[in-house]
This record gives sequence, C-alpha cells and structure tokens, in this order.
Amino acid sequence: MLIRKAPDLTYADVTPKSVYLNRRKFLRDMGIVGAAAFAGKGLFDLALTPQVAFAGTKFTGLVKSPFSTTEKQNTFEDVTHYNNFYEFGTNKGDPAKNATKFNTSNWKVSVEGEVKTPRKFTMDDILKIAPLEERIYRHRCVEAWSIVVPWIGFSFSNLAKLVEPTAKAQYVAFESYFDPSQMPEAKYAGIDFPYVEGLRLDEAMNPLALLCVGMYGETLANQDGAPVRMILPWKYGFKSTKSLVKIKFQSKMPPTTWNRLASNEYGFYANVNPNVDHPRWSQAKERRLGEIFKRPTLMFNGYSDQVAAMYNGMDLKKNY
Amino acid sequence: MRAILISRWTKVALFLICLIPFGILVWRSLKGELGANPVEFLQHATGDWTLRFLIFTLCITPFRKLFKLPDLIRFRRMLGLFAFFYVCLHFLTYLGPDQSFDLSAMWKDVAKRPFITVGFLGFVLLIPLAITSTAGWIRRLGGKRWQMLHRAIYVSALAGVIHYYWLVKSDVRKPLFYGALVGILLLWRVGDWLVKRGKQAPVTAGSQSVSVNPT
Repeated sequence: MLIRKAPDLTYADVTPKSVYLNRRKFLRDMGIVGAAAFAGKGLFDLALTPQVAFAGTKFTGLVKSPFSTTEKQNTFEDVTHYNNFYEFGTNKGDPAKNATKFNTSNWKVSVEGEVKTPRKFTMDDILKIAPLEERIYRHRCVEAWSIVVPWIGFSFSNLAKLVEPTAKAQYVAFESYFDPSQMPEAKYAGIDFPYVEGLRLDEAMNPLALLCVGMYGETLANQDGAPVRMILPWKYGFKSTKSLVKIKFQSKMPPTTWNRLASNEYGFYANVNPNVDHPRWSQAKERRLGEIFKRPTLMFNGYSDQVAAMYNGMDLKKNY
Repeated sequence: MRAILISRWTKVALFLICLIPFGILVWRSLKGELGANPVEFLQHATGDWTLRFLIFTLCITPFRKLFKLPDLIRFRRMLGLFAFFYVCLHFLTYLGPDQSFDLSAMWKDVAKRPFITVGFLGFVLLIPLAITSTAGWIRRLGGKRWQMLHRAIYVSALAGVIHYYWLVKSDVRKPLFYGALVGILLLWRVGDWLVKRGKQAPVTAGSQSVSVNPT
C-alpha cells in the first residue's frame, strides 16, 4: 500500500492564535445569542396580546328558529379569536391576524354533480334562496372544547331543492376556497388543500344542517369562514366546511380532509359522541370556552331528537 | 466574563429572569387577558416553558466545555429547578381544570392515553431530581450515583418532546424544533463521550491498541 507523504507544512500554515480565539469567541457568542433569542422570543410571544377589530355588514329582519338553544352565548370576541382555520395558520389566534385581508368579493359557489340544474350562485343569489334565520347552536370541536354561537342562515335543503338532486345523488361533497397567495400559512398546516368534506345526502337534507352566511347579527368574519359555510351542530366542528366554493352531489362517498390524514382518528361521520374517544384524548367531556372545569359532552351534541334516527342500526363505534 | 459569572448578583438576576414567564402569566390572568380558552393558554405556556428550561439546563454542560466557561455550572441547578417549577404548574393545570382534582379519573387518563402517559412520566422523573438537587443529597448519594440518577433528565426531556408531538394534530413544527434541540444536546454528549473514550483507549486497552502498520 502506498502511503503518501504529507505535504510540507510550514509555520505560516498554522492558524494564527488570534483567529482561532476569535472563532471560539464567535461560536460562544453565537451560542449565547441563540439561547437568549430563544428565551426572548418565548417571552415576547407570551407578553403580546393581539387584538384585531372586525366589522361586518348587519342583517335585519332575521327569523327566530325553534332549533336555537337558550344557553349562554359565547362572546363575539371569543368566536373571532379562537379559530381552527388551518389555511390561515394552525394557532387559534392566527386566523384573526392572517385573514383580515382575505378577499371574499365576487364570491361564487358552484353547485354541480348529480343535479338536474347545476348552477353557480353569487352571494346575492344565496341570500335570496330562503328567509334568513338566526340559529343559536352549540358547536363542539373534536379537540374537546365547545362554544355557543348565534349563526345566521337557512337549512341547506333549501339550496339542494333548487338544483334538484337526481336519484344517483347519495352524498354531497363540500370544498373550501384555496389560494396559496392569500393563504401563505397553509403550507405549514400539514394537511392537503383545498379542504374537502362530505355528508350523506340525508344528513345534508336534515333541517339542522345550516348553510351559514353570518353570525351575531352580521356577515361572517373572515376567520369564521366568510362569506358562506356549513354548520352541522351534531358533528365535530371540522365537518362544517368554511368559505365554500364548491358543492357537488355524487353517488360515491367523497374523501374528507382529516380522514385522509389520519383515518384512525377522524371518521367520515364524525358525529359528536361522548362514548367514542379520539385515540389520543377523551371525548366524554368538553370545555365550554369561558368555563374552567369541563362539562359532560352530550350524544350528538344534544341534538339526538333531530338526528339520531338517521343512524339507527349503525355501529357508531365503527362509523365514528 | 468570569467576574460576571461568579458574581452573586448574576444569580439573583437570573433567578428573577426565570420568574418573568410566571410573572407575565399571573399578570395576564389578573387582567383576564388569557384569550378565549384561558386554561389551554396556561397549559400551553407552562408546557412550553418546561421544555425551554429543560433545554437551557441541558445547554450548561456543552456550553461550559465548548466555550471554556466552567463557572456556568453555578446556574444549572437553578435552571433545572425552574423546569421543575413550570412542570408542576403544567401538571396542576391538568389535574385541576381537566380532571377536576379527581385522582382516580387522572390515573385512568394517564393509563389510557399515550400522550398523557409519556408526559406524566417526564414529570414524575423530575421529582427525584428536584429532591436530590441539594448539596447534602449529592454528598449522601456520592457524585457518581448522583450523576447517574440525574441523567434521568435526558429521558424527561425526550418524554416532554414526544408528549408535545403526540398532542398536535398536523402542524408538527414546534415539537420538531424542540426535538431537534434536545437531539443536538444529547448527540453532543454522545460525541463527547466517544472522544473521551477514544483518548482513554490506549491506557485501558494497553498493547492491543498499538497496532502494527501494514506495509
């Protein structure tokens, strides 16, 4: 084996002491600066209270709904600063900050698929479909917190009847708006966009299923799914698609976003059920925002009278 | 640098700095500025600060050696105890608001849910470390045994990171960031240990390590 002779090194090749001492000092300073920055960033985040004000357009002549609960409503402040809207960031406070400039003008909702009269609806069209009702619903998130919100809208069935689903329509697929340029935070969310959801046709036609255009007497705040969204109070919140752009009636069960990500954790049905836990946490109790201790979660979020019959004979432990 | 590190006031100052997150939490609680879900806010904040203080504690030894600042050792116990302080607050926010101080319900939850199990393990492991953090306990246990026991902080920090990773739904950036920091700090120790062993090898392995060069 050939052993190469090392090239001759002279004294000039030795790194001068001042340089390696500086290098060491630099490393040390970097280490200390890094640790300080890490601590400082944490302190800064902790001390900061972001507050953003919103003003929607008021609705008048709202019809009261027999479906409304008399429970204490959460504040507008809570409902607009504690949001899961991953397109605008994954922290609860992110959507309030990042959705302020979300452009919802000239909005169109395409209703298509197994229907006799497919159609693109403008917001003006949608507001004319049926009298607007105020419905005060309980809203239960899969993360075991809940809120009570006065939503505004009408039963989704009103829209469905307009487009006349054919006999082949068994399911309804919902799709949210997605624009990476308006939603730069979406790339960190860890889920695929656009956000898609779905219902069985009978679920979508249930009078409780609300096509929602407002809350607290005015149009929806951007971070709550403006300008039009679904509200399905007997299901976990993630089923209620925000910022709808497409509604498709179809014969096959549509894929749904969270189910695609983790099918063992999020099922197609996602009915609120205190007896079937999320694999990582209990669903038996929930924290109503504004309360300290948890309260028991109700079957179908307390809407059994309206929806339980749709699931007769189904094993809800399997069809979670 | 050394004069600053060994000054009594530096320790006092650091103690007060370590209390700032707690102070902000108290102040925000009193003003009702904990957001829509105050319990969750406190849980996340105390959990975050537990992980941060564990990481600061684990930084001490590498920083001492890399930057030739042996006096940093003076702050290690305090940082470790602050990690314990914040994890106790974190645990209380779970035992109280989440479990309504019902110990039997808590045990069921700890046994059933892996993310709670691993978080609880990380917490419990820190208890003996906090108790034996005094000079008296170091003497009673003897340096070697004390050091062995206190290596449990590595397990605790890893448990904390896994606990966080298993909590989030899809955005894993923050838990991965903490995981990377803990990983680097543990890898540095492995590297340091390998280097040390390499240096000791000729002494312990004797003639075996003096190999004949093949020609």
